[in-house]
Amino acid sequence: MLRETLLRTLDDLVGRYGKARENLLPVLQDLQAEFGFLGEETINEVARAFGLSQTEVFSVASFYHFLNTQEKGKYVIRICRTISCDLRDKANVLRALESELGIKMGETTRDKKYSLDYANCMGTCDRGPSMMVNDRLYADLSPSKAVDIIRSYR
Amino acid sequence: MAKLTINGAPYEASAGMTILDVCQREGIHIPTLCNHPDLKTQGICRVCVVDVKGSKTLQSACGTPVSDGMEILTTTDRIRKARKTIVELLLANHYTDCTVCPKNLNCELQSLANEFGLTDLRWKERRERTLPQDDTSPVFVRDNNKCVLCQRCVRACDELQGVYAVANLYKGDSTIVGSAFNRPISEVVCINCGQCVAHCPTGALYEKYCIEDVWKAIDDPDKIVVIQTAPAIRAALGEAFDYPPGTRVTGKMVSALRTMGFDNVFDTQFAADLTIMEEGFELLGRLKDALADGGKPSLPMMTSCSPGWIKFQEHFFPEYLPNLSTCKSPQQMFGAVVKSFWARKMNLDPADIVCVSVMPCTAKKFEAARPEMGTDGDQDVDFVLTTRELAVMIKQAGIDLRDMADSAFDDPLGESTGAATIFAATGGVMEAALRTAYEVVTGREVPFKDLDITPVRGLDGVKQAGIALTGVKKEWSFLEGVELKVMVAHGTANAKAVMTALRDGKLDVHFIEIMTCPGGCLGGGGQPLPVSPEKRLARARAIYEEDSESVHRKSHRNPSIARIYDEFFGSPNSHLAHELLHTRYTVRGQY
Repeated sequence: MLRETLLRTLDDLVGRYGKARENLLPVLQDLQAEFGFLGEETINEVARAFGLSQTEVFSVASFYHFLNTQEKGKYVIRICRTISCDLRDKANVLRALESELGIKMGETTRDKKYSLDYANCMGTCDRGPSMMVNDRLYADLSPSKAVDIIRSYR
Repeated sequence: MAKLTINGAPYEASAGMTILDVCQREGIHIPTLCNHPDLKTQGICRVCVVDVKGSKTLQSACGTPVSDGMEILTTTDRIRKARKTIVELLLANHYTDCTVCPKNLNCELQSLANEFGLTDLRWKERRERTLPQDDTSPVFVRDNNKCVLCQRCVRACDELQGVYAVANLYKGDSTIVGSAFNRPISEVVCINCGQCVAHCPTGALYEKYCIEDVWKAIDDPDKIVVIQTAPAIRAALGEAFDYPPGTRVTGKMVSALRTMGFDNVFDTQFAADLTIMEEGFELLGRLKDALADGGKPSLPMMTSCSPGWIKFQEHFFPEYLPNLSTCKSPQQMFGAVVKSFWARKMNLDPADIVCVSVMPCTAKKFEAARPEMGTDGDQDVDFVLTTRELAVMIKQAGIDLRDMADSAFDDPLGESTGAATIFAATGGVMEAALRTAYEVVTGREVPFKDLDITPVRGLDGVKQAGIALTGVKKEWSFLEGVELKVMVAHGTANAKAVMTALRDGKLDVHFIEIMTCPGGCLGGGGQPLPVSPEKRLARARAIYEEDSESVHRKSHRNPSIARIYDEFFGSPNSHLAHELLHTRYTVRGQY
């Protein structure tokens, strides 16, 4: 990512949302949407723009599962980690995905295409197990269905 | 006004009070851990749960506001069991090695375990040391294996100091306290103030000890070991020996230090008087430059005694570094004087002198190690002990402070004034400077009853005062009719507010005193634990008592100060004084 691109985008976002402390989250969300993750440079520049410490900004960014502080694959697969999906055989879905992608939970494929992550409840407990690929939600998964879905992302 | 009952007895409380506030007011004991009177309520540890009639679950006393008709129970079987379980859960997540922990017998978690009579760890799997310790700070160690995530360090760093060097990182069971990108503390902005250490209820944060180095120096027959003690120590050291807060132990401390084997027991207060001479004349010099000579000196001038504040300024407001007084802090002036003036007087090689200081402060350890604070690699101050470390050493030496007779500091670097004593309290440097500067300019004492400049005293975060200069001496005629405006702040969060106002052009003052820690040095990060506003008030009372009982109460009236200018420095701000007693600062920036 070019530094000028980052600074220009950040400038626009701060112009749009303002730089009060409570505007930090939307700015981080939009930066992630733009650049895929919130790296050290991004967090430093956000801290500078808001007049906050890097530690505070990193604390916020690292708290939310949907904000990445490390570079992720093009497609981030998030599996629900809560108990209702556990009860509906989530473990086997996860195993199938790990085996299909050749990575473990929390890792990214070498070609930077897929990342495997947990998310907390997605609010579809009645149709678990569920997962998201980037912004799209998939429910009622079985191991083979989950593998078919990620194969459709190329 | 709310009417409520606690354990069946009726009480009244004003709106906005919490259940904990009312219980503490009424002397009803509620155990707490994450709650601290210096910090905003967080309500995360749940140790303070109570039963509120009508609530399905127990409520935290610290986070529940009282309301009219509330019926509260604070001690039932259900509450005891819940609190005990909470303490057991905290312990399940705490690496327990109490007998060799730096906070042994000074640990609030240990006290809670004791309070609930725990005889066993309910969760048998012992918490092991799985997380790395961070020892990259020059002054303290963080051991997250003992951290119970109460966030008192996080809140102290943010709310009191405005630094935010540490925060909760990640979430859920991965949560740890740390700095940006989970990097070591040495890689982010930290001012070394130690307020995190002072507010930590466990052994997760502790200062780096130099106790063994000091014993080694004492035991070395070829070394002359001198010790200087900061003003704030005498009003707090007693707490470590079961004296009530605010007990002055000056004379006993001197005897203990002599018994321990220090060759000379001197007083940082001597150097505080020296600071007033140097800094007072520096201020008058800048005012002369601005008002008489048409120059553009950096005004307002700001005090430079407090090393946390210096580093804060270097990071956050580097454009104002020229406003800082160039005076070294009293600790460093003392070290420089010992290894020059005193060494020459005693016919000693400075290399054979080991200068130890006792400070209420962790940042002083960093200050002493700054490269500009020495000559040719020999630091002016060799070792800095906190008040807590000194207490440990006294105990190691088999001394009970209570058994010590009073004795006096050694001459000549042990002579001082009440003006130097009050350096320990917020506003004290300002008061001492005004006592001297006003008299230098007008030839009269400051126009306050008994020299007590009360507008700059007290624990308000920011204080302001003005003092009209009239009937000035001829050589100061440019100050005739000028109102000298001063400002005092303590806690760098307050300093940040002052500096921001200054940057925004909203301040019209000549001289600003900033102390890093709440209450000034008496509330320093190296003082006996635990800290509280009541303790700071008690220590401040002791400090002002000591001042009012002093023989001399104005720095320029210290006979040893007059002599050192006569015999050595010539005059304040002389060439030699500049060489030895003044310093420079480093632009560090924030990002």
